[in-house]
Amino acid sequence: MSMKRIFQKHLSMKTPLTLMTAAALTLSATVTQAYEPEGKVECLAPADPGGGWDFTCRSVGKVLEDLDLVPRSVQTINMAGAGGGVAFAHTVSKRAGDDQLLVAASTATTTRLAQGQFPGMNADMVNWIGALGADYGVIAVAEDSEYDDLPELMDAVREDPRSVKFAGGSAKGGWDHLKVLIAAQKAGIENLPRIPYLSYNNGGEAMTQVVGGHVDAFTGDITEAQGFMESGDLRVLAVLSEERLPGKFSDIPTAREQGIDAIGPNWRGFYMPADISDDAKQYWLDAMDTVYESEEWKQVMTQNGLMPFHMSADKFENFVHSQIQSIEDLSKDIGLIK
Amino acid sequence: METLGFLVDGFGVALQPHNLMFALMGAFLGTLIGALPGLGPANGVAILIPLAFTLGLAPETAMIMLTSVYAGAMYGGRISSILLNIPGDEPAMMTCLDGYPMAMKGKAAEALAISAVASFIGSLVATVGLILLAPLLADFALTFGPAEYFALFMLAFATLGGITGKNPMKTVVAACIGLMIATVGIDSTGTQRYTFNVLELYEGVDFIIAIVGLFAISELMFFIEDRAGGGKEKIAVNKLSLSWKDIRDILPTSLRGGVLGFVAGVLPGAGASLGSFISYTLEKRVLGSKGRFGEGDPRGVAAPEAGNNGASSGALVPMLTLGVPGSGTTAVLLALLISLNITPGPLMFTQNADIVWGVIAALLIGNFLLLLLNIPLVGIFVKLLSVPPMYLLPIVTMVAFVGIYSISNTTFDLYFMVAFGVFGYVLRKLEIPLVPIILGLLLGPEMEKNLRHALEISDGDWMVLWDSGLAIGLWVVAGLGLILPYIVGPVLRRRMKAGDAQSD
Repeated sequence: MSMKRIFQKHLSMKTPLTLMTAAALTLSATVTQAYEPEGKVECLAPADPGGGWDFTCRSVGKVLEDLDLVPRSVQTINMAGAGGGVAFAHTVSKRAGDDQLLVAASTATTTRLAQGQFPGMNADMVNWIGALGADYGVIAVAEDSEYDDLPELMDAVREDPRSVKFAGGSAKGGWDHLKVLIAAQKAGIENLPRIPYLSYNNGGEAMTQVVGGHVDAFTGDITEAQGFMESGDLRVLAVLSEERLPGKFSDIPTAREQGIDAIGPNWRGFYMPADISDDAKQYWLDAMDTVYESEEWKQVMTQNGLMPFHMSADKFENFVHSQIQSIEDLSKDIGLIK
Repeated sequence: METLGFLVDGFGVALQPHNLMFALMGAFLGTLIGALPGLGPANGVAILIPLAFTLGLAPETAMIMLTSVYAGAMYGGRISSILLNIPGDEPAMMTCLDGYPMAMKGKAAEALAISAVASFIGSLVATVGLILLAPLLADFALTFGPAEYFALFMLAFATLGGITGKNPMKTVVAACIGLMIATVGIDSTGTQRYTFNVLELYEGVDFIIAIVGLFAISELMFFIEDRAGGGKEKIAVNKLSLSWKDIRDILPTSLRGGVLGFVAGVLPGAGASLGSFISYTLEKRVLGSKGRFGEGDPRGVAAPEAGNNGASSGALVPMLTLGVPGSGTTAVLLALLISLNITPGPLMFTQNADIVWGVIAALLIGNFLLLLLNIPLVGIFVKLLSVPPMYLLPIVTMVAFVGIYSISNTTFDLYFMVAFGVFGYVLRKLEIPLVPIILGLLLGPEMEKNLRHALEISDGDWMVLWDSGLAIGLWVVAGLGLILPYIVGPVLRRRMKAGDAQSD
């Protein structure tokens, strides 16, 4: 560990940011560039291996290595617990000032922050670096369902909120549930808490129940639905994106073109600990932009069904805050939080 | 014929050199674990789960290794039954009846070889059954809605004690403990239950940690308590002289045993012990006075071994297709699958085809490996039987700690594992079985979720739970499972005892 980092680590707890930056600048006089990561860079995946966050860390880590944006390797560390809460708490309380730590995040992170499920913590306690892609929400029905498009389904919900049961892979109040509510809200339906939502362990289980005819509609992400879509068992009524998705998904109509202005991106990106120097932050913001523009990353995106979605710096920070705000409002509307 | 294509792909996965290597390693370790008295297959798999995490294995490799351990343990159980008259695990109990008398007559090597061949045939028959039945059942699983799943879980709990279970009350207590632990965490509506504001508890108790603690760590404590540093005295085995005729003689017995075992294994809760028991008793009845059962009849060795190995493959059917384990060991395997982010059920056969069929192919390959390990190389295991546990258990402990730490990199998990170890030790002292706890822990959340969903769909009408023919059928079987042990259990146990007495 370099002197600079040791110094920063010790100072960061109590010293004001300005003083710390000054100290860091004096110390780094010998270094030609303002900031460059040294040695090992860590990527914290707040879940066990195999999930989305783990994938984010490993795939972005690989591209960072290939593009020589990191001196050596990016080590993925899995820290599961409390839907990302354990990792968030760890980053806030133990890693402040550590400018070589990336933490994978997604809409699940903002949802939990919005609903106060990370007690005593909020979005301002970390640095939001950037998003590198998104998986868009879909609302789908079984192939032999009576509903032909999204407005038809929403009309049925409007008439009797209990008549259409939705199944999804997230918990109640989680992102899959919220997507239904966002669509229903945009369709002008008022009695949101009455809409039944059944939560399953993952999208696959939820789809099986829809395909089996036990539940009426599926809410999830487009990549989850791919398998059943291709086998013809599942019919996607609408994708919750701004425009039609590229490639093989271009046949699927958006909710917006059907007159229901609902957007539901499940973005994938990173945050970093608080109290890192401006130079370090700028370095990682640039790195995210470079990764997003690279051929290597484009290949990862196509292979894994990730759709274009990129934000960094202030724009991303603002997006995170506004997403948290709207999820909070919606959760209050349906009585999930007070 | 689609199945055949999948199976070929499965062989492609299982025959990859590293997968083959781990299958061999699993088969070896499994046989060893099965052979050591006291360490049953459930314990064996539980102890080796951390190894899979320590080595950072890919999901299919981890599953292949542990399924091989599972199959190996079924083979290994017979070794100490035959040589020491101590069953290596519960399903190998029946093998003592004729195996030990054979050994006493100086035919230990033949008994070991015959039982290995019978195990092979039984397992082969059942694996073919698994290949044929599993995809059918997986399709059928689509007709399971929340109400049917709820009834199925009730059935799994009702038959949990098994027909041969000793104390049904203790089984119920154990299952309730498991269900209670399962309620810890944030539930699906976002309500916190028993989390005491400890972030690590938000996602509930990780069952891998619970399993390793309950089984592996408590085992270590039993060892410390015993201070039994010494191993068994060396056992000499005669030179093998086995003719084709001997094998031909046990062939029909082994085939029958395999089929019966498979059926017993598919039934939830029945498991391998029942498989070996019914194939032994049936064989005795079929052959009648022609056999010299209890005096060292080779067919008396072949029947239970074919039965318990058949049952072990059979028990994989409900586990893979419905996510409901048919036995304690498959419950542990289920826990592994879930922690690898793979959801068993109909979807797994399409979404994780490489894993399912890789595992099934590995079972077939593993069988040949096990036959090789268990006939020419059986001497190694006989020797290992006399290795003092003071060398084995520290290794187990180390693997457990490293493995659990490597899952989430927190010391919290280690404390938790040790706490579960102490808890497991106390429970075992009280003779409360551990497997129902694991089942409660595993199935509790699923059961609750399906009940919730069923009621949500019906707008709170409880009648939905027995609204379909399938659900009613499942409830009836569950009811039978609950009542039968009280009627049939004592009879069966008396007969088993009678059998034991005869052999002494």
